[in-house]
Amino acid sequence: MTRKRTNIMVCGGTGCLASESEKVMRNLNLILKARGYDEEVEVIQTGCFGFCEQGPIVKIEPDDVLYVRVSPKDAKDIVDEHIIKGRKIERLLYTEPKKKQKVGKHEEMPFYKKQLRIALRNCGFINPEDIYEYIAVGGYEALGKTLTSMSPDEVIDIVKKSGLRGRGGGGFPTGVKWELARKQESDVKFIICNADEGDPGAFMDRSILEGDPHSILEAMAIGGYAIGADKGIIYIRAEYPLAISRLTTALKQARELGLLGKNILGTSFSFDIDLKYGAGAFVCGEETALINSCEGKRGEPNYKPPYPVEEGYWGHPTCVNNVETFANIPPIINKGADWFASIGTEKSKGTKVFALAGKVNNVGLVEVPMGITLREIIYDIGGGIQGGRKFKAVQTGGPSGGVIPEKYLDTPIDYDSLLEIGSMMGSGGMIVMDETNNMVEIAKFYLEFTQDEACGKCAPGRIGTRRMYELLNKITGGKGTMADLDALKQLAYMVKDSALCGLCQTAPNPIVSTMKHFWDEYVSFIKDVDHPRGEGRYVAKNKDVARGKSK
Amino acid sequence: MKIKSLEELRKIRQESLEKIKLREHGETVENRIEILVGMATCGISSGARETLNAFVDEIAKEKLDNVKVIPVGCIGYCHAEPTVQVNMPGKKPVFYGNVKKNRVHEILEKHIKGGEPVESLILPVDFERA
Repeated sequence: MTRKRTNIMVCGGTGCLASESEKVMRNLNLILKARGYDEEVEVIQTGCFGFCEQGPIVKIEPDDVLYVRVSPKDAKDIVDEHIIKGRKIERLLYTEPKKKQKVGKHEEMPFYKKQLRIALRNCGFINPEDIYEYIAVGGYEALGKTLTSMSPDEVIDIVKKSGLRGRGGGGFPTGVKWELARKQESDVKFIICNADEGDPGAFMDRSILEGDPHSILEAMAIGGYAIGADKGIIYIRAEYPLAISRLTTALKQARELGLLGKNILGTSFSFDIDLKYGAGAFVCGEETALINSCEGKRGEPNYKPPYPVEEGYWGHPTCVNNVETFANIPPIINKGADWFASIGTEKSKGTKVFALAGKVNNVGLVEVPMGITLREIIYDIGGGIQGGRKFKAVQTGGPSGGVIPEKYLDTPIDYDSLLEIGSMMGSGGMIVMDETNNMVEIAKFYLEFTQDEACGKCAPGRIGTRRMYELLNKITGGKGTMADLDALKQLAYMVKDSALCGLCQTAPNPIVSTMKHFWDEYVSFIKDVDHPRGEGRYVAKNKDVARGKSK
Repeated sequence: MKIKSLEELRKIRQESLEKIKLREHGETVENRIEILVGMATCGISSGARETLNAFVDEIAKEKLDNVKVIPVGCIGYCHAEPTVQVNMPGKKPVFYGNVKKNRVHEILEKHIKGGEPVESLILPVDFERA
């Protein structure tokens, strides 16, 4: 048999057969033969492409072009135009519903590609220690564009229109924050990059700083220009030595090329960046505590207001943004607000990086458009649960977030929907738990962390988190009573309502959400309940789990 | 040397493009092969440094002058560190996972010299870049 140069794959799935794919195939074969191309081109019937809604599907290989809703009379055009002349047939290409854009390549279709990398666009692609590679992929172009052709207000406008929200967890609109900082009347202003990534299991900021440090420097300079600051600070934890060394190299290279320093790119704008090292306290990710730490004071939060945009670093207006937030800025400037706003959900635009960890097969960093469901992340990208065990819950938002049980797996993820189901976006930690995990132990793990990291400034944080931890210890030790569960619940709400800063206000979230969704696991530890079977212990759905044996 | 204007920056970009062309489109002026090794903290702790050194050593030993080893950041495939990407002219980049230093020889022999990717180490890449 002669070697075929092209394959035309026609979907032979039930859905497509029902919409006449059989006839499409027959016509293709007839026309190929009539044109004398049947030796070079082969028509193959394939299994279902899984895109039945748009059937019949025809795919041309190796061109990787996918045609949808192909009718039998389109066969002539496919052969005459595509096969013989090599032209794509526009009207048969798939149109993405949101963007109204024709998508030619199979690989580029959103249905097949779950991940979209904006913040991580250069990670693993360029040498982070070579500024010329960053420039080659379009680096510092956005800075040049803003400095030479845009006013600060226009920059703020684009960021506002893009709908970008803070990626550190709070989700405050970045453009609004910049605008507030811009409106402050002061000769000295600061822009700070919060690289104090402390959530257990989250490491997207480190990855960006290690893999694409220049994008952060560029974005900070843009932010500085927008709010009127000539000084930036990157507050980074000392536990990230490699990120620090790459940032140091990047700063040196940027200064050498005059992309930082006086009169950048021949304009009147001057900007430089300093590094400040944190000692790894979780609370220092809170912006007022971060600023205190930058000033050399104890890393403790202040009461707000005044907000940092009013009175921040040494009393000057200061704008604090997260690493991932900054990483989104250059693409927004280059590609425009509309492009960015076309990705994601109504109130949460763009993508979010998640650190997928726990009991999934493909542990790693994923960057997905907002609005994707947890199920897609865990099963399609994450490859499902390890060892084929049963999914139990997923924890998002680190120690500040809550657990999400199976019934919410199909919720589209954005800032607001996660809050609604009792968790939060957080910085993007996503820990998957299977049936062998005991939820009370999980809550205890997070409380152990927060009570240790609470700074001690306010009583609910200092004493409340400690007492909750002690109660959890008593309960998991089998010595708890129903009264303890009540006390724990009451304490959780009390701390939530009265703590000084975000760290301790959210610290009870793991308890509140596990109690809400997995109450029977708490009760299974309690010794004085009226046990339905008259045995020593209330029997939960899964015995081993209930007793925490398989931890 | 300081860049004085946006035009100068764009000029430098054009000059630098050669550096990354191969990675995107498999295009290159010379017959150059690139090996990208994920060298973030996560990769290094899983042995990426040893892998990178093994590549460099072996390439020097075999006198493969057209092969360049480049350290890059991580691509987030923690379950398969260390990760290595091989870019050859005219071909789609090939992405490998779990490349400990003892697999380096195999990749060089089979893929770099022989042109046949080492199937057992290939990772599917399921994202697009903005």
